Amino acid sequence: MEIFELTIHELHQKLKAKELSCVEATRAMLARIESVEERVNAYITVTPEEALLEAEAADRRIAQGGMDILTGIPIGLKDIFITKGIRTTCGSKILENFVPPYDGTAVARLKERGAVILGKLNQDEFAMGSSTESSYFGATRNPWDLDCTPGGSSGGSAAAIAASEATATLGTDTGGSIRQPASHCGCVGLKPTYGRVSRYGVIAYASSLDQVGPLTRDVTDAAIMLGAVAGHDPLDSTSVDTPVPDYLAGLSAGVKGLRIGLPKEYFIAGLDPDVKRSLDEAIALYRSLGAEIREVSLPHTEYAVATYYLLATAEASSNLARYDGVRFGLRSEAARGLADMYAKSRAEGFGTEVKRRIMLGTYALSSGYYDAYYLKAQKARTLIRQDFLAAFEEVDLLLTPVAPTPPFRIGEKLADPLQMYLSDIFTIPVNLAGTCALSIPAGFSAGGLPIGLQLIGKPFGEQDILSAAYAFERETGWHKRKASL
Amino acid sequence: MKYQVVIGLEVHTQLTTNTKIFCGCSTRFGATPNSQTCPVCLGFPGALPVLNRKVVEFAIRAGLATNCSIAPRSVFARKNYFYPDLPKGYQISQFDLPICLDGHLDIEVEGERKRIGITRIHMEEDAGKLVHADLPGVGDDSCVDLNRACTPLLEVVSEPDMRSPDEAIAYLKKLHQIVVYLGICDGNLEEGSFRCDANVSLMPVGSTTFGTRAELKNINSFKFIKQAIEYEMERQAEILDEGGRIIQETRLFDPGTGTTRSMRGKEEAHDYRYFPDPDLVPVIVDAAWIEEVRATLPELPEAKRTRFAAELGLPEYDAEVLAASQELAHYFEATVALFPQPKTVSNWVMGEVTRALNEDGKGIADSPVPPALLADLLKLIEAGTISVKIAKTVFDEMYRTGKEPAAIVAEKGLVQVSDTGAIVAIIDEVLQKEAGQLAEYRSGKEKLFGFFVGQVMRISKGKANPALVNELLLKKLNG
Repeated sequence: MEIFELTIHELHQKLKAKELSCVEATRAMLARIESVEERVNAYITVTPEEALLEAEAADRRIAQGGMDILTGIPIGLKDIFITKGIRTTCGSKILENFVPPYDGTAVARLKERGAVILGKLNQDEFAMGSSTESSYFGATRNPWDLDCTPGGSSGGSAAAIAASEATATLGTDTGGSIRQPASHCGCVGLKPTYGRVSRYGVIAYASSLDQVGPLTRDVTDAAIMLGAVAGHDPLDSTSVDTPVPDYLAGLSAGVKGLRIGLPKEYFIAGLDPDVKRSLDEAIALYRSLGAEIREVSLPHTEYAVATYYLLATAEASSNLARYDGVRFGLRSEAARGLADMYAKSRAEGFGTEVKRRIMLGTYALSSGYYDAYYLKAQKARTLIRQDFLAAFEEVDLLLTPVAPTPPFRIGEKLADPLQMYLSDIFTIPVNLAGTCALSIPAGFSAGGLPIGLQLIGKPFGEQDILSAAYAFERETGWHKRKASL
Repeated sequence: MKYQVVIGLEVHTQLTTNTKIFCGCSTRFGATPNSQTCPVCLGFPGALPVLNRKVVEFAIRAGLATNCSIAPRSVFARKNYFYPDLPKGYQISQFDLPICLDGHLDIEVEGERKRIGITRIHMEEDAGKLVHADLPGVGDDSCVDLNRACTPLLEVVSEPDMRSPDEAIAYLKKLHQIVVYLGICDGNLEEGSFRCDANVSLMPVGSTTFGTRAELKNINSFKFIKQAIEYEMERQAEILDEGGRIIQETRLFDPGTGTTRSMRGKEEAHDYRYFPDPDLVPVIVDAAWIEEVRATLPELPEAKRTRFAAELGLPEYDAEVLAASQELAHYFEATVALFPQPKTVSNWVMGEVTRALNEDGKGIADSPVPPALLADLLKLIEAGTISVKIAKTVFDEMYRTGKEPAAIVAEKGLVQVSDTGAIVAIIDEVLQKEAGQLAEYRSGKEKLFGFFVGQVMRISKGKANPALVNELLLKKLNG
């Protein structure tokens, strides 16, 4: 097994045993990136110099006896994470040359533990998308089939895992942007409960929906990463002040007696046959492991996508107002006068999908429409959340598909944005409800493309979904298959 | 007058917290541009607001002092619009659910008391400043200074209850006094700590339906408020007289010409698309917190004025002057505590003390003569040790040197002469010297009495006890 294929915990053992140094591990990673990047395009910015300096510091730290499970581990960060001194673009032209003067909290926490930052990963522009095709820096390709998308918006984060261009990565999930690409790239992707991880230093898309989470090779790594970044942050008023459990502690709890719910609204007739097959096999496996499977209902599921595309776009229309060419980011050379500067900078700087969502969101908030759209959507959101809370009275977690189909071809869904939106149908409700969920590898399509399965937990129930996922992973080993690049 | 003016006022008060409302930057005025900023108040990507608890406390104080009910739950909302001094492209304010509601202030105009309703008070962040003047190397361009961005503001909105410019001014002065008294705002109009926008409309006398209003902005003194409102009243009356209609718009006051002009074309009618800010949680204020704050409220000017008049027996005028400033009231009361004769103390505080401070350009808080020394001086007068006239001289010396009055009196030998024998001796001396005047006095020129008194005082270098001089002289002349 190559160094770049190791998990965090495997690499940690080797570093601890001094089988190799952090610098060597980082070098191996950088070399791997160099050899496959041209085909994958997972990274927007690779930072080899900074990474090697950090690796050197990690080696010194280990020599002084201050080692941590993340010390020296090479990590990739979605380009939505503010990194001090390192260009942060959010996949957009409008921030093409933006170099932040500060580090976000999640980034700082990883750095504190001695993690090494390899670079910034590609994404849909401003996290708006499900395929990474809207990135100003070109699409990322799915390492399992370079003609397919890796999903989105954290496409680069997922592809980097699949292509072994990072040991672990961090992404964000607003409507499925960690889970869906994780599913499409055959890796683990976790969206924590809203408020579990600080949003300070995460470029905002939809403030009440965005959450930071890991994409990793296996469940153990996800538990490690979550533990490193979770916890109250006084700089984020929406971060929750409750203790962070040891996510590694209960991993092998097993699923005997666990009540798993199957929301009937998710197992729709038109589900892709490969996806259905993988899910059926997974359900049978859980049963055989001693879990109790029962059907539940989330009756307001059909309103989720519409609700999301009103609320997320409304918040985004406001969050993206700061990109005005005044203090940072692109300012149009052609502009004459204030209004012109605003109009031209934003017209030139934003891509089509971003503009589309800003307009949609502005409309939903505008006078005369606020009640019918924004307010109504907020009410629907409450009902959707209540559906989940009611279900969790009967079961411990929910099992669902992640995406209705295996990964689609690049360009396939671009003709009709609505088609793209509807593909988020299984992931969106979780963000609206504010609870946690993860995607784990659950098989492959006939064409050899990854299929993921989603486990949804109750609010702050990350331990339960991690242990249920761990049990599945142990039995199946889907996560061990590697893309051949 | 054909028309009745209806005035509503919106006042923005800058709060004197040490740091901004949503970040830890300093709120100090006058720093180098953009030196008091951070990612949060600069509106950088990824930055998030965190509420300064002190701002809520100040809002509660303002609400209690204006008889508002304090909302147990209030919500921050985003007010969205584009302008270079607004870094995020939205202002965090409060919309549907403000922190204070339904208060009032009582004002007095020409002896008549009137209650002006306060619709609401809410918290919000201030924008930065635009500088359009010619700056070296910048020329025609405008510059943005974001030091002021995110400074906490309280917006106080009145009901449209005012019916004359004088009522408007009385309300503003009262509100101004209250916020300064509470210690939540420094009330500096020139620096923009206390900003007033006026909503002015006209309706036919006797009508109950309000007319269309214009909003007047950029008024930074009480004098200009009166000017702006009066100009606006004339402008609107002219339009209505000609059968025209008033356009609801924002108008900028020009202090140079005393007129208002339309801002249309600059900032059009905005749809601010208010929605609750998802980055902030609702502000919860429980009864315990309210009581905690209530306990820290100072006695407000109105209550103090009443107490000074009723309990200390001061005339209305004195009570009003002394209660107007918290520091002045404190000085006064501290002195009375040591010398319990309120009217006398009042005379001296409003008289000599204020005069000396004014000449020196100082405020009462910086008085070189502390209450204790003033009280000592007044005790000396009461004991007959010095006369009032001499006391004034001693006071000046106290002010100049900070020395105790007794020491000054001793040093300069200013002890009042109350020895009957000594005074009689001087009187005899004077009457002997001024034999001619004496003769005239005896023949009816009674006015010369004052002359003799003057002479006695001169010879005694002002130290003769004036009351005794009068008594003894009268005896001599009549006896």
